[in-house]
Amino acid sequence: MKKIPRSSLIFYGGALVFFIVVQLLISFGLLNAFWNTILRLGAVMAIVSLGLNLIYGFNGQFSLGQWAFYAIGAYCAADITYRWANLGSAGGLMVVLMIVLFTGAAILFLRTQLSKIRRLDALSAFSIYLLTTLILGYVALQIGKALDAPVAAALKALPPAVALQVVFFFAVILAGMLAAEISFLFGLPILTLGSDYFGIATLGLTIITKVLLDNSDTLLGFAEMKGARGMIGIPKITTWFWVFLFLIITIVVTRNLLNSSYGRAILSVREDEIAAKAMGIDVANYKILTFVIGSFFAGLAGGLYAHINGFLHPDTFNFIKSFDPMIVIVFGGLGSVTGTIAGAFAWALVLEGFLRLFLPEGFETWRFVVYPLLLLIMMLLKPSGIFGGYEIPFIRAVLPPNQPKRAEDLRSEDAIQSQEAGL
Amino acid sequence: MSVSSTTANRPSLYDLIIKRGWLGKGLLIVVGLLALWKIVVSLLANPTLFLQQVINGLQLGFVYALIALGYTMVYGIVRLINFAHGDVFMVGAFVSFYGIARFQLHNWLSNLAPNLPPILTQAVGTLSVMAVAMAICALLAFTIERIAYKPLRNAPRISALITAIGVSFFLEYFGALKFVFTPNFITYKRPFEITTWFVNTKGIGQLIQGDTIPEGSVIFSNIFIIIVIASVALLMALNYIVQKTRVGKAMRAVAYDKQTARLMGINTDWIISFTFMIGAALAGAAGMLYAVAFPQVFFWMGIIPGLKAFVAAVLGGIGSIPGAVIGALIMGQAEVLSAAYISTPMRDAIAFSILIIVLLIRPTGIFGEPSREKA
Amino acid sequence: MSAANQPTPKAAETAAPENTLEIRKLSKVFGGLRAVNNMEFSIPKGALFGLIGPNGAGKTTVFNMITGVYEPTSGDVIFNGTNITGLEPHLINQMGIARTFQNIRLFQSLSVLDNVRIAYHPHAGYSMSDSIFHNHKYEVKEKELTERAVEFLSVFNLQDRLRETAKNLPYGEQRRLEIARALAANPSLLLLDEPAAGMNPNESVALMDLIHFIRERFNLTILLIEHQMRVVMGICETIAVMDFGERIALGTPQEIQNDQRVIEAYLGPGSAALSEKFKRKKN
Repeated sequence: MKKIPRSSLIFYGGALVFFIVVQLLISFGLLNAFWNTILRLGAVMAIVSLGLNLIYGFNGQFSLGQWAFYAIGAYCAADITYRWANLGSAGGLMVVLMIVLFTGAAILFLRTQLSKIRRLDALSAFSIYLLTTLILGYVALQIGKALDAPVAAALKALPPAVALQVVFFFAVILAGMLAAEISFLFGLPILTLGSDYFGIATLGLTIITKVLLDNSDTLLGFAEMKGARGMIGIPKITTWFWVFLFLIITIVVTRNLLNSSYGRAILSVREDEIAAKAMGIDVANYKILTFVIGSFFAGLAGGLYAHINGFLHPDTFNFIKSFDPMIVIVFGGLGSVTGTIAGAFAWALVLEGFLRLFLPEGFETWRFVVYPLLLLIMMLLKPSGIFGGYEIPFIRAVLPPNQPKRAEDLRSEDAIQSQEAGL
Repeated sequence: MSVSSTTANRPSLYDLIIKRGWLGKGLLIVVGLLALWKIVVSLLANPTLFLQQVINGLQLGFVYALIALGYTMVYGIVRLINFAHGDVFMVGAFVSFYGIARFQLHNWLSNLAPNLPPILTQAVGTLSVMAVAMAICALLAFTIERIAYKPLRNAPRISALITAIGVSFFLEYFGALKFVFTPNFITYKRPFEITTWFVNTKGIGQLIQGDTIPEGSVIFSNIFIIIVIASVALLMALNYIVQKTRVGKAMRAVAYDKQTARLMGINTDWIISFTFMIGAALAGAAGMLYAVAFPQVFFWMGIIPGLKAFVAAVLGGIGSIPGAVIGALIMGQAEVLSAAYISTPMRDAIAFSILIIVLLIRPTGIFGEPSREKA
Repeated sequence: MSAANQPTPKAAETAAPENTLEIRKLSKVFGGLRAVNNMEFSIPKGALFGLIGPNGAGKTTVFNMITGVYEPTSGDVIFNGTNITGLEPHLINQMGIARTFQNIRLFQSLSVLDNVRIAYHPHAGYSMSDSIFHNHKYEVKEKELTERAVEFLSVFNLQDRLRETAKNLPYGEQRRLEIARALAANPSLLLLDEPAAGMNPNESVALMDLIHFIRERFNLTILLIEHQMRVVMGICETIAVMDFGERIALGTPQEIQNDQRVIEAYLGPGSAALSEKFKRKKN
């Protein structure tokens, strides 16, 4: 029997208690719908921001594209459940599933093949991936359509409520995976750019995504997304349970990843790319890996977000709002998981909660005047964020204690001594 | 992780395609050729319409250039993407609006000396409005810089960026308050009358209101002329300041190396403020010109032009002044041509696609200095 | 990795196996500038080889070409009989070439222990999914890896600094940590780029001892760029001198010290005669 560390016990126990308390408050109607929504929004924001923190806080890639993957995830999941709930069709689910599986497999296969080619430039690799995914995507589309009817029939054998939850669960996961695959394709050429230019290119992705969503009914041909009028009729099934579950999974995955050799490789890229390369770290690989994982979280969160209000509008995915996760991670403390979670909930409580409720009569429009002022004051007072680099013990890496000097080990001990004397 | 050990001595077809990157370049070339083909087809189909679009694009491009300079100069000197710059542009437009509509600032000379020719009084009036807009924007930028950016000079770069976003939000939503600029769209009153001319193969003529436009002619108005002249004059003034004056020399020194510049006795804080002010003054002028060309002002109007100008600055190579101008002219053309010939709603997406493609070819923009990190 | 260890047929017939590193007609052109021109030298196994030259002679460019930071314009780099020209830096490191940097490049805000553990990453021994689930394999391998790192650091007498952030170490210890980190990758060839830069004479002596010590302990071949002549002349067995991207001399420290071209490269044309005089006076 393996001994479970105290910090893990505290974390899981605390999370469970927190979940149960909030769930009880909701069940007994003590927490009204407004605050319930804010809590769920905070959790969703925490997932997006954890993804961005991985990309920017831990891997040092200044990305403004997190919101684009959030949007992609939201619309993807919404479309799947919309088709199921309103049309009784599993077409969305099967098509996305097939696309994700086919292109995912192709990407994994091509990666092993292409890594054998010396100094393959990112753009050529991108062309190969793009062609492959386009062709396979088309094949997957046809297969997915063919699988629609049998799968729908199988799902209908389940009780309707259960079937909806099943479709929803897969929709959220697939939303994350689709976002991850798109981020891989996009990130491949873009990650070769320098930090600010990478940020600008990803900002471009956010804007392109928003424009596409504005015209989703005409240009993309998804009539049910209704373009700039906003998508309605999405089942409202993101409960506190689901967001909390996904949040905990995200936290644990982030923590486990960071406290491993792979996490250290990710960190080394942020610290010094040239040194990391010289230490045998495949920098390009870890950049794209982190970008993909971060985008996966964004897509996941988008899928959850879509089912909170049952309504999606492209303006939610405006580039101005795309700074929100960036604000959250800087506010919480760049490179701190704890800070990010705290920052996300604080963001939701303040911006969506307090500023909506507690501004005096006649001052409702001051919400976005007070918010930037708070932001400014915060930045001026604590530029490194509320938590700085602090982590709770569960997330913090466990390092062995410093060892006392064992002088006899080192033959050149005298030399070292004189070296220190010289300092 | 296996390593293929092909010798580099005899490049095979495989090597050429894969190692020289022709696959990737081919993709870009295909995209470029498609765009070129579209342009040529449009040009041949209706040359006058195409020319008309180019003129419209030029007008837009010059306005973008004025905004882009503010982005590029500030980035060059403090490495900050000043997201609030677009909102300074908006303030410039509003200041000129109030100057004209409420204070009749454009009429001061004709009120004082009614006998002077109207073209002179109008020109002086317009210039005065512009000067006021520029001055107020400069003052605003100075205040912003001192309050929001200066205390963060030694903080991580991202803190200043977040602050810039905060300032941007603040200017927008403070402007949206009822007693400031109101949350409504407001029709802009031009400080002069519009005169329109047409040009065709037979010659040039004034277009009288109510007349039909002669077949096969390109029209342009005094707005176009004013924008081009004002922009070129401001650009030349800026060039003079940066290249020839002591302040300009100090600006270049600070942009190159802040620490050393300080050791050489340059007051870097003041130079940085000055850079912000010059950029803001240009944005103020741009705000007025933009409002004259598209006569509607509202509190959000700075976002999209600001973003486009920012793209232009990056496209040209952020930190480079000629780059910003070239980038802005390209952006102007790209926006107008893609709206006319490809798809109006996609024009913002196309602007960014162009940016991304250019960055893939030249990672630091057209005029950007390639950054080579020393190992 | 497996293919990398097998010498290519072409390389095998020409490269003498006793040479750890062989540089053949290596050139690098930046724009119009020929930074390195037809550089040639070879380092026998176990040697301590010095590369010197005035500032801007192209020494660091040679380093960067060996370690794959730059792709050579022409020429070959042969390591243990394998042609590694133009390989990516991380692959070159994994093949057994490690380096330090002129201006120390530690992972500044990470702990001393993590700096070394990162060097172990290519041989972490568990997959990414193991790390995400923190399964048994992860636990075992991670523990093993950490213990190895602690033990390794104690060789360099840094075991009392494990948890310290790298940037908070004193300069001398940062240098030592950087060398330790490079060696943690278990290289057979170590490149040191001006390790004595910014050190006082006492520290340089300590450094020379350290270099001797690691060479024996880790069975290394060492290539060294250095400006401090005392260090180079004191420890290197063979020295190549570069000027304006070309090799102007190659030989033992004794030979180099008396080489006319070397003296001229350092002190300017016509100075050879002067330095002769100076030497005689000194004696």
